[in-house]
Amino acid sequence: MKFSDFVAVEAIRPNVAATTKEGVIREMSQSLVDAGKITAGELESIVKAIMKREDLGSTGIGRGVAVPHTKHPSVSRLVGTVAISQAGIDFESLDGEPVQLLFLLVSPPDRPGDHLRALENISRQLRDDAFCKTLKEAGGPQDVWRLLEEADAQSIAS
Amino acid sequence: MSQTVSREVIVANEQGLHARPADLVAREARRWQSRIEVVGKAQRVDGKSILDLLTLAAEAGTRLVLEATGPDASEALDALGSLFEQNFTLAGDSTTHTENETVVKRTTPANEVPGEPAGERGGGR
Repeated sequence: MKFSDFVAVEAIRPNVAATTKEGVIREMSQSLVDAGKITAGELESIVKAIMKREDLGSTGIGRGVAVPHTKHPSVSRLVGTVAISQAGIDFESLDGEPVQLLFLLVSPPDRPGDHLRALENISRQLRDDAFCKTLKEAGGPQDVWRLLEEADAQSIAS
Repeated sequence: MSQTVSREVIVANEQGLHARPADLVAREARRWQSRIEVVGKAQRVDGKSILDLLTLAAEAGTRLVLEATGPDASEALDALGSLFEQNFTLAGDSTTHTENETVVKRTTPANEVPGEPAGERGGGR
């Protein structure tokens, strides 16, 4: 599953204002509302579900990356977005490092395979230090989008 | 004294090897000195790295081979094998992510501190 299959370009936030875990999850979820990917009426429910998942164990998977996510019946296909925190956010991540790159995923409950393949793609790309670095330095949403498209193109080629 | 042992496991969890089970596997693998690798259909990854494990995208029913090399290889594979057998102790793995409290209550080899990484707060009910 390529980035372009699930990342909503209008929801990309290259410089989030939030400084806390819940704050950034809320900001990213709101960006999906603004992009028309989830409805405003579901916002609270989705934020709550994502936070509940975080309670079970942080999705800060190391290397400054977090993949907050939830299944939610209100979406019919996997939707996601990318945010970058220049300051870094305490995410209680597995390696204790602050999180700068966030990929938020909301998936339909009956599509575990899509969720797995999105995680696969994210983790595969994020093992590449150069990719992480350029992503953190991306200026605007279009820059982020271009990097994701490049990564997509490379993963098809390889 | 270094030995390599391997063991086949099946991902029984209906959601596949997603972030939480991958975290549990990596945590368990890191408790052992041995090098732990997980071999999927097309690749071989570091069992101690959650990022690596996630790149397997192992869906329910996937067969994987666990390989351990090192002084505690057998014990490591026993522990990891039971983690898979017990379905990562994620009972049901329901959509609400309600977990049972039995985060790793299997018997652990005696050469390790019995305290599991207790960071897993169970029971988000």
